[in-house]
Amino acid sequence: MCCDSQVLPAVRRYLSLVPLKGTDAVRRELDADSVEWVRLLQSDGASRDDAIGRLHALLLRVSRRELTRRAAQHQAAGPELDDLAHQCADDAVVSVLAKLPTFRGDSRFTTWAYKFAVFAVSGALGQRYWRTHTTALEPEQWEALPDRLGVGPEEQVQAAALMAALKQAVDTELTSRQRELFVAIVVNGVPLDAVVAQLSTSRNAVYKNIFDARRKIRDFLITNGYMESVEGGRP
Amino acid sequence: MTELPPGLQRLLQVDPADAGCEHAMEVLDAYAELAAVDPSAAAQAFPGVAAHLEDCGPCADDLTGLLAALHEGDEPAGP
Repeated sequence: MCCDSQVLPAVRRYLSLVPLKGTDAVRRELDADSVEWVRLLQSDGASRDDAIGRLHALLLRVSRRELTRRAAQHQAAGPELDDLAHQCADDAVVSVLAKLPTFRGDSRFTTWAYKFAVFAVSGALGQRYWRTHTTALEPEQWEALPDRLGVGPEEQVQAAALMAALKQAVDTELTSRQRELFVAIVVNGVPLDAVVAQLSTSRNAVYKNIFDARRKIRDFLITNGYMESVEGGRP
Repeated sequence: MTELPPGLQRLLQVDPADAGCEHAMEVLDAYAELAAVDPSAAAQAFPGVAAHLEDCGPCADDLTGLLAALHEGDEPAGP
């Protein structure tokens, strides 16, 4: 294992110059294995190809296990599961190589790389959702919302006014984009990553819209006497 | 005033400290390494991410997957 302190001047310079984002981050010394992974992946020729091959094998194992762990989210098995795992590992390797200059050593290199395999699985399952679900973002399934929100059959009469107010808030307080996403994810129960895949957007963009929509609905329900205001946003 | 159903209560819990998906995904590896040893230490080091993971199912699922990868011995001897 090579861990020559001369080997990664660019990485070490980056670590010394780039500030941590926000206050909630941890900086640690780059460990020897991580230094070596980055050195090899930044090298040329056979040593780089060999390192990429070993990285792919590593991320293939992680992808396969992650797909197995999430078996309830897909129906793939056997060769189909293996193809999906290879696709995720391929995507993860591409992400690792593209983002290698941004690796800061906040975790071990391998943990950082695993992350991209997990993300690739999430993205692949989001895309795959539409192979078995032909329903797009419509029709709206408002009648199913009480069940999704944990309203029991015996409580639905009492909760009817609340559900009507919730729908009114969705119809009158949200932007068209917020409404579209809220209906898809909360009302129709489409997984967030499937919406991300369908709209070719980012998870953060969808989450932010839903977050803002929830806040607007909460404010509407407080203003109209359906719930009490509690500091910090927690009812 | 009607008592809110549990699911609606959870839906309307918007935490201002929530750091969002982008930042959570950026630091999820560092968060996972801390959480693998001591989840409370991870939440203390990354409070905005901890708030986000309470709320965002997909990011929480990614953390579970990453922790599983760490726990299941995928760590090789080296490159």
